[in-house]
Amino acid sequence: MIELSFPPAVILILAALLIAVARPSIRPVIVLLAPLLTLWAIWRLPDGVLLTTQFLGYPIELVEAGRLQRLFATVFAIMAFAGGLFGLRQARWTELSAGYAYAAGAVGVSFAGDLITMFMFWEFMAIFSAVVVWCGGTDAARRAGVRYALMHLIGGVVLKIGIEGIMVHTGSIDVRPLDLDTVDAWVVLVGVLINAAAPPVSAWLSDAYPEASPFGGVFLSAFTTKTAVLALILLFPGAEILVWIGLYMIFYGIIYALLENDMRRILAYSIVNQVGFMVCGVGIGTELAINGAAAHAFAHIIYKALLFMSAGAVLYQTGRRKCTDLGGLYQSMPITTVCGIVGALAISAFPLTSGFVTKSLISEGAAQQGLVVVWYLLTAASAGVFLHAGIKFPWFVFFHKDSGLRPADPPWNMRAAMLLFAAACIVLGCFPGLLYPLLPYAVDYAPYTGPHVISQLQLLLFAGLAFFVMLPAMERTRTITLDLDWFYRVLAIRVANGVLAAWQQLGHLLRQLWGRSGASLAERLQGWFRPHGPLAQTWPTGSMTLWVTVILVLLVVMAQRTSP
Amino acid sequence: MNAGERDRQVPPAAQGHWLSRPGTIRRLWVAFAVVLALTVVAEAFVHMHPRFRVEGWFGFHAGFGFLACIGMVLFAKGLGFFLKRPDDHYPGTSEPPAGEESGRD
Repeated sequence: MIELSFPPAVILILAALLIAVARPSIRPVIVLLAPLLTLWAIWRLPDGVLLTTQFLGYPIELVEAGRLQRLFATVFAIMAFAGGLFGLRQARWTELSAGYAYAAGAVGVSFAGDLITMFMFWEFMAIFSAVVVWCGGTDAARRAGVRYALMHLIGGVVLKIGIEGIMVHTGSIDVRPLDLDTVDAWVVLVGVLINAAAPPVSAWLSDAYPEASPFGGVFLSAFTTKTAVLALILLFPGAEILVWIGLYMIFYGIIYALLENDMRRILAYSIVNQVGFMVCGVGIGTELAINGAAAHAFAHIIYKALLFMSAGAVLYQTGRRKCTDLGGLYQSMPITTVCGIVGALAISAFPLTSGFVTKSLISEGAAQQGLVVVWYLLTAASAGVFLHAGIKFPWFVFFHKDSGLRPADPPWNMRAAMLLFAAACIVLGCFPGLLYPLLPYAVDYAPYTGPHVISQLQLLLFAGLAFFVMLPAMERTRTITLDLDWFYRVLAIRVANGVLAAWQQLGHLLRQLWGRSGASLAERLQGWFRPHGPLAQTWPTGSMTLWVTVILVLLVVMAQRTSP
Repeated sequence: MNAGERDRQVPPAAQGHWLSRPGTIRRLWVAFAVVLALTVVAEAFVHMHPRFRVEGWFGFHAGFGFLACIGMVLFAKGLGFFLKRPDDHYPGTSEPPAGEESGRD
C-alpha cells in the first residue's frame, strides 16, 4: 500500500457532505474547488494498483490507475465542475450534493480494480442519480424517479449475481476482459448493459432524465451510461454481440428522437444513440475502435452536457419544455442559441468540432476490419444524428415559428458553464492532439484529410437538406411515442389488476359455495381440525380403501402416460 | 385520437429580426444550395480513397446522406402511426399544459 494514495472519489464524497452542511456563502467555493482537487488527485496517480485492502476475504483494489481509467475519471471531474458551475446559485443544495455524490460514484467506478469495488460505486451512483431525478420536484419526477431507481436496483442485483458467480467459479474478482463462455459473464454483461440503456430497457433513460430539474439533467446526462461504456471496455472488449446491440441503440435513438416533442427527451434519446456508437466501437474491439469508443465518450460527455445546459437554460427561463411551445428564442437568447448550436454541431461530428475527431475513429475501426455492413450503417447513422439532434433540437427550440417568448439569456454562471463547454467542443475539434495522447492506445490516425472532410460535409449537409425537405412531415405534435416500457408501466399493471380481480372473484365464488360467507380461513381451519372436526374423526376402513384405490388408479394412469 | 397529424404552422413573422425576414431566408437558401454544390464539386479535386466499392461513386456521401435521412424520417413517420399517443397518455406524466398561458400565440 502506497502512502498518500487515496481514491480520488473521496474528495467528491467529502464535497457532497460539505455542501450539505456548509453555510450558503461558502458553498460555491466547495462546489468549484472540489472537482479541481479531484482532477489534481486523478493526475498524480501513477499507473498500476495503488490501494489494496481486504473485504470478506477478497483482495480489494480500491484504486487501479491506467490510461483508460484516468481518461474517464478526468472527464467525469471536468463534468462535475461544469455541472456545479451551471447550477452554482440556482440549483438547490440537495441537488448539488447529490450530483457530486453521483459524480464521485462515477470516478470511483473508473478506478475500481476489482468487481466488488466497481459494484459498490455502481450502486452509489444508482442511489444518488435517483435522488437527482427526484430533485426535479414535480409529481412526474417522483414517479419517474421511482421507476428509475427500480430499474437500476434490478440492474445492480443482476450485476451482483454475475459478479458472485465469477467470484465463486473463478476465485478471481479482478476487473479484466471476460470471455462470454460462462453464464456468469453473460449475467455481468446484462447488468452492465442495463446501465448503458441497451435494449430492451433503453426507455428508462428518456423516461427519467427529462423529469429532472434543468441542473439535474446536466449531471444525469454524463455519468451512468458512460461508466457503463467504460465497464464494457474493461470487461468485454471485442464481444461481437455489442456491435449489433450498439447499432440497434443508434437507430432506436434516431427514430424515437425524430418522433419526440419534449426537447430534453430528444436529447435523452440521442444519448442512447451516441452510447450506441460507443458500444459498437467496443464490440469491434480493435485498438482503433476502442480508442474511438473512449474518445467519443470523452467528447460526448462535454457536448451532451452542453446541449442539456442549453435546453436547461431554456427551461429555466421559460418554464416550457415542448417544441410545440417553443421557437424563435434566438432573438432574445443569443448566447444560449450559439452554445446549443455548437453542441449540436459537435454531436453531429461536424469538422472543427470534437465529435468529428472522435466518432471517425469508430467508423474507421469498422472499415479497417472490413465490416462493410456495419460501416454503411454507421455512416447512415451519422447523417441521422445531424437530422435528429444536430438540426432538429436547435431548429424547433431556437428557430422555426415565433412562439412570442422573449426570455433573456440565463444568469452569468449558467452562461459561463455553457461557454466553457462550447469552447471545449471547438478546441478539442481543432486540436485533436490534445485528446489523442490520452487515449488507451497509441493513435495513428489523422482526422483532417481532404477526403474525410469532404465526405463528412457532403453527408451532413445533404442530411440537412433532407431535414428541410421533409419538414412538413416533421411538424411537432403533442404526442409521446410508446416504447417497450409500456410492458411494465401498463401491461404488467393491467395483468396484476386482472389477477387480483380474478382472485377476489374466486374467493367470492368459493365463499358462496361454502355457504358460510362470514367465516375466515383461520376459523375454517380451526373448524376442520377441532376435536370432532371432519379431520379429527375416525373414518371407516372402507372409505380409506376407496381413496387408496383412487390414488393407485391415478398413479397407474400417470405412469402409463409418462412411459414411452 | 391523435392530436391531429399536422396542427398548424405559424408562418414566420414578416418583419422583426432580420433572420426571420423572407429576403434573408431566400438568401440563406441560395447560400445553402451553393455550399451543397461546392461539397460535391470538391470531390473532383480531391483524391478520394474509398474503402468499399459503392463508396467510390461520385457524390456517394451526398446521395447516401440524403436518402438515408429521407428513409429514417419516413420510417419514423410509419412507426409513429402505430405508436404515437397524446402526451398525457401515462398518468402523472404531463406538466400542467402550457396552453393555459399561451394567450399570445
